[in-house]
Amino acid sequence: MSMVGALDLSAVQALVPTTDNPVADFSDTPWWLSLIKALFLFVILLVQTLIVIWFERRVIGRMQQRPGPNRTGPFGLLQTLADGVKLALKEDLTPKNADKIMFVLAPIIAGSMAFVSFAIIPLGGEVSMFGHRTPLQLTDTPVAVLLVLAVAGVGVYGTILAGWSSGSTYPLIGGLRSTAQVISYEIAMGLALVAVFIYAGSMSTSQIVASQSGLWYIIPAFFSFIVYVITMVGETNRLPFDLAEGEGELTGGFHTEYSSLKFAMFFLGEYVNMFTVSALATTLFLGGWQAPPGIAAINDGMFNQGWWGLLWFLIKLWLFMFFFVWLRGSLPRVRYDQFMRFGWKFLIPGTLLWVVAVAFIRGAQLSFLGDNTWRATIIVVGVIGAIALAASWVWDGQRAAAEEAADRPLPEEIDPFAGGHPIPPMPGQTLREPERVDAAPALPEPVAASSPSPTTSEDTSG
Amino acid sequence: MSHSYVPLLFFAGIGAAFAVFSVMIAPIAGPRHYNRAKLDAYECGINPTPQAEGGGKVPIKYYITAMLFIVFDIESVFLYPFAVAFDKMGLFALVEMVLFILTVFVAYAYVWRRGGLEWD
Repeated sequence: MSMVGALDLSAVQALVPTTDNPVADFSDTPWWLSLIKALFLFVILLVQTLIVIWFERRVIGRMQQRPGPNRTGPFGLLQTLADGVKLALKEDLTPKNADKIMFVLAPIIAGSMAFVSFAIIPLGGEVSMFGHRTPLQLTDTPVAVLLVLAVAGVGVYGTILAGWSSGSTYPLIGGLRSTAQVISYEIAMGLALVAVFIYAGSMSTSQIVASQSGLWYIIPAFFSFIVYVITMVGETNRLPFDLAEGEGELTGGFHTEYSSLKFAMFFLGEYVNMFTVSALATTLFLGGWQAPPGIAAINDGMFNQGWWGLLWFLIKLWLFMFFFVWLRGSLPRVRYDQFMRFGWKFLIPGTLLWVVAVAFIRGAQLSFLGDNTWRATIIVVGVIGAIALAASWVWDGQRAAAEEAADRPLPEEIDPFAGGHPIPPMPGQTLREPERVDAAPALPEPVAASSPSPTTSEDTSG
Repeated sequence: MSHSYVPLLFFAGIGAAFAVFSVMIAPIAGPRHYNRAKLDAYECGINPTPQAEGGGKVPIKYYITAMLFIVFDIESVFLYPFAVAFDKMGLFALVEMVLFILTVFVAYAYVWRRGGLEWD
């Protein structure tokens, strides 16, 4: 292998992991410590949810040049808590058309499933807790990320059951829409993660974080990162993709009929989901709890030890939360057909092509295709990918244009009453003047004279 | 590695307990004032639409989306073991996976062409 090839491979070899099993070591973690960690994580999530709702309202307020909540507690920090207590003291209604059991089950699913995925997120490295060395992570398995997707799949039941069981029109439409939206974007999300697994050679979150110590995956898997960020907004039903509760069309979407703490469960679930998808993005693409490259080098990686990891993790997590708020402050809601079109016609084929491209590039890096094929492979893959994407767009554009043309051959002049009920003219069309009732029908005379039928009828009548 | 799922159960249990507790406490903590109109389906103040028997009909688009979801979600899940074992399996896995993706791509192009991805 030549010198150039060796240089190219140096960054890659830093990524090659030793095993696909978790590197986090839980052997010194007794069950009671796991329970304490679970409680600790749960409280952290609840408190963070309380803070992020306040944070969102304050930041949105700033973006819209108003103060936001600032009365309850210092800087209005207790506003969310006050709102929660208020919700608890409101009447808990069950509509008479509702399916009683499902109506109660739906918020429980939505509220509890949102939490589960966070268990596999590594918040930091190993620390000492009550005399035991334990990782700042509740648990890890060889299929940890798959678990997140599975739990997200179960969480969708909360939405669809809430919409269906309410026995009301708007929630039903909102629930269906939301479900179609979430499952559509879950495909692109799942495909986006494949590139990361190819690089990391593992689905264990701690292993993925460990294998990013050389290079964060946001660089080699940048397209996956972009797709993931788009789909995570779609997955959490946040603006600009909050089509499930487009107030103008569906009042409140799937939770229109919910009140009191049942509504609070959906609210809580949405925000905890935001934390979960952001935490997964941090773990898979931004190096997890590891310090940023410059800081990580200081003093033999001092800032990557122990509790420091929690700090870096929280900084990255909250950058994503700010991103969510920023999106909400800047973008209008998209239309539903545009949203589905984007997901099915761009994100899914684009990500599939990207996965193939990453597989070829990784294969070339590991010399599956022969020595020194990396640069050639990147160029070939890039050109093919660009051509395929452009061709598919042009094809779809042409097809849409052809359909448009076939749908509407606009005549110059229309008869407004032709279909039995009046229709307005399209732009550029002129209305045909309706014929007056008392005017004699302008029959073309020669035809009437030469036609044999009037004569026959006269004969029979006479 | 079954041990690694025990903390997960702890966590899920805490979350579920919290959700169940909240939902159970809601009718106790809140007031209760009966009003027939309040229990009707909410449709912005107009008389609610009568509910169809058995939930009524649902647009076929949602069904198609669900079916397509199954196809493509299974595909992405099949890609995971390939991705994890990629380094160890070499060229064989690469070729196999390209063939697999091509096969699903044919189905995808067919659905696209037949208008299964249109949303009007």
